[in-house]
Amino acid sequence: MLDQPQSAPEASANLAKTVAAAASGLPQEKSADGTRPVAFRGGGFAPQPGRHAGWIGVVIVIALWQLAGSAGWINPLFLPSPLAIGRAIYQLALSGTLWQHLAWSAMRIGTGWILGTVAGVIVGLAIGLSSLARGVGMTFISALFPIPKIALLPLLILWLGIGEEPKIATIALGVFFSTAISVYSGVDSVPRNLIRMAQSFNVPFTTIIRRVIWPGALPSILAGFRITASIALLLVVSAEMIGAQYGIGAFVLQAGNLMQTDQLLAGVVILSAFGLLIGWLLSLLERRLLHWR
Amino acid sequence: MDLIASRISHKFGTLDVLTDVSFAIRTGEVVAIVGPSGCGKSTLLSILGGLLQPNKGRAELRGEAPAGSLNPLTFVFQDFALLPWSTVGDNVAFPLLHTGLSASEREAVVADALRRTGLTDFRDAYPKQLSGGMRQRVGIARAIAVRPAILLMDEPLSALDSQTRELLMEDFIGLLADGSMGAAYVTHNLEEAVRLADRIVVLSRRPGRIREVVTVPLTRTERGDFDAREKLLALQNELWSLIRDEAIDAEREVQHA
Repeated sequence: MLDQPQSAPEASANLAKTVAAAASGLPQEKSADGTRPVAFRGGGFAPQPGRHAGWIGVVIVIALWQLAGSAGWINPLFLPSPLAIGRAIYQLALSGTLWQHLAWSAMRIGTGWILGTVAGVIVGLAIGLSSLARGVGMTFISALFPIPKIALLPLLILWLGIGEEPKIATIALGVFFSTAISVYSGVDSVPRNLIRMAQSFNVPFTTIIRRVIWPGALPSILAGFRITASIALLLVVSAEMIGAQYGIGAFVLQAGNLMQTDQLLAGVVILSAFGLLIGWLLSLLERRLLHWR
Repeated sequence: MDLIASRISHKFGTLDVLTDVSFAIRTGEVVAIVGPSGCGKSTLLSILGGLLQPNKGRAELRGEAPAGSLNPLTFVFQDFALLPWSTVGDNVAFPLLHTGLSASEREAVVADALRRTGLTDFRDAYPKQLSGGMRQRVGIARAIAVRPAILLMDEPLSALDSQTRELLMEDFIGLLADGSMGAAYVTHNLEEAVRLADRIVVLSRRPGRIREVVTVPLTRTERGDFDAREKLLALQNELWSLIRDEAIDAEREVQHA
């Protein structure tokens, strides 16, 4: 049976009620006393990192990878199983080869990173504090920062010989520019009111730098350290692949040339662990130095 | 020690901010500086405190600072300007580090400043752990630790809620009661001005020039009496009538800026 047709005013009133209810998002049901709960509308848009979800995900992927390898679904020459990679790492550690390569890489990264960081901090502070240094330094940094530093390695070999110096210099150059940028950005981000406050108490220039500017810039500087640690890792591998007998980069390249993919991936895993270790050390430093945040 | 604004004019680029402002803050006197938004009150305070060089005129000092004053002109900032990486105790000790005081002398000065501001129990707290009112108390403790001759206060209560403002106003009245310290007190709040100041400098809208200097006809002790309320309210209304039209114009100007 067809519904009775509504009069125009009735239809209009019902439509208005329906639209209002839909727009308010309120539920239609009412309790006996005529009240109804206000619908909750504030959910979502607040993702939380699961406490164990990340690790569970990694374990699942490795298990599937191992299953695919053991079942023969993947040719081990192209992708060795996780167990094969683990065995390769164990044998490398046992024979001492791992430590030999790791020691060379660590020496190059450590020396290059320290040299680049010291120079970058000095230049970054100068740019942050002096108009002259800012004028000159910003021009050079803007011009030279985009150059892929590894492209300079052949030139550095020409200048410094074929020893360790060009590799360390490449890493130092890569670290220098990012450090200088993070330091002067950090200095720029120190609230000016804190500097004015210190000046209003006639605090000397060097004390302002030590007690106000340095701690104020530290969050940006430490964030820069994370970036420069990654740059140093990237450059050491690249430099070692171009011209080195020892080092993780050289080892990975040799393994690739010999089609020893388990050794190759063992090198990649070691690099990843090395990167994670640096990240963990920097987190420790941040917790210690930035506890006030 | 007197602090004198002598024919001060200032521009930011082509924008005239202050024009020919002259007045004096005499020893132990509290002078409030009021006026519409953007009239150059804070700029004037920065010039008086030596943080900004005026284009014309100058800030002058007359007479000697009291014996033992480590920083005769000392600011109390609107945003507190506390070092977030330092504890309350270290923030108060910060301006003393270069003064030549020994560690034990510094310790005694800090302890006294914290005691006077009720912060002794918060000595090891960090600024982020404190409420706005407590943070400003740290700013005040830091200021009084250097025994100033004149406090330069730039809207020190404007970032606080009304209850905290009231409590801190009582603290200011107590601190300035004995006349050992003078103050320049920049504020939008006319009630604060009439409660605290001996004289009130009223600036016109930008470029700020002195419209009037009003003397508050009661001592600060008398202002606490119940009978004084009407007089203070009348004075507050008088000040408001002086700046109301310009405040409206200034607000429209800000909205259209």
